[in-house]
Amino acid sequence: MVTIGHYLVLSSVLFAIGAGGVLLRRNGIATLLGIELMLNAANVAFVAFAKQHGNLEGQVVVFFVMAVAAAEVAVGLALLVAIFRRLQSIDVDRLSAMRW
Amino acid sequence: MDFLVAHFSQAVFLFLAFFSLGGAVGVVVLRQPVHAALSLLASFLGVAGLFVLARGEFLAAVQVLVYAGGVMVLFLFVIMFVNVRAVGKEAQYLRPLVPLAVVGGLLFSALALTAMWALGRRPPADAFPLVSVAGQEVGNTEAVGWILYREYLLPFEVVSVLLLVAMVGAIVLGRKPKEMEKA
Repeated sequence: MVTIGHYLVLSSVLFAIGAGGVLLRRNGIATLLGIELMLNAANVAFVAFAKQHGNLEGQVVVFFVMAVAAAEVAVGLALLVAIFRRLQSIDVDRLSAMRW
Repeated sequence: MDFLVAHFSQAVFLFLAFFSLGGAVGVVVLRQPVHAALSLLASFLGVAGLFVLARGEFLAAVQVLVYAGGVMVLFLFVIMFVNVRAVGKEAQYLRPLVPLAVVGGLLFSALALTAMWALGRRPPADAFPLVSVAGQEVGNTEAVGWILYREYLLPFEVVSVLLLVAMVGAIVLGRKPKEMEKA
């Protein structure tokens, strides 16, 4: 029997790894990858709760999260490309200027 | 053998969890962005398997199509466009490692304790509502479609507008600035 606890432990570990990736990596693309990991961890928790309560609304929320994540990736990667054009680098440590 | 049959769902869960966690660790540890992105792909596929295990077959399909398909192609496209040659020489991680590790550890332990608390609580409810419409068994995709187009129609339309805005925003951001076009 796989209980909700299994899913929640996995989800929290995934989220912590994703948060670590966002906080630690210098590469801008790796930062976005970490954000994707955190969103996925939230999705796992939502699906587990949907199963636990026998309620489909959790799965519907996951659907919306996926749509928002797709939008976030598109805009985030466009930003990275624009930054790369300016700086010839996507090192997030070099993004210290408030204006170009 | 009987043990494996009796605990088959746990075995499948552990396999998929190993897949998704291994991929996640690779995202943080691997140096090359391409390797990290492919490692994230493994994680996505493991999570898709977990969705199947939790009676979310429709979401598993969407996970493979949108994440493993669209998002991953977008990532790989940008990685190859940006083509970071300097990777390998610069430091991989930001400097203040110790405070961040402490924050991350605290975050993780808080989340894990919450999850442990939930562990061994009530058994899951009957999964029948996940695969039925109006009391009839139809399948997960039909059930999700039913609730999505009836009770969540307005959020659904709002999300489609959001995607349109994101698309326009990405095009505007990705355009070359005027002074660079002249050069």
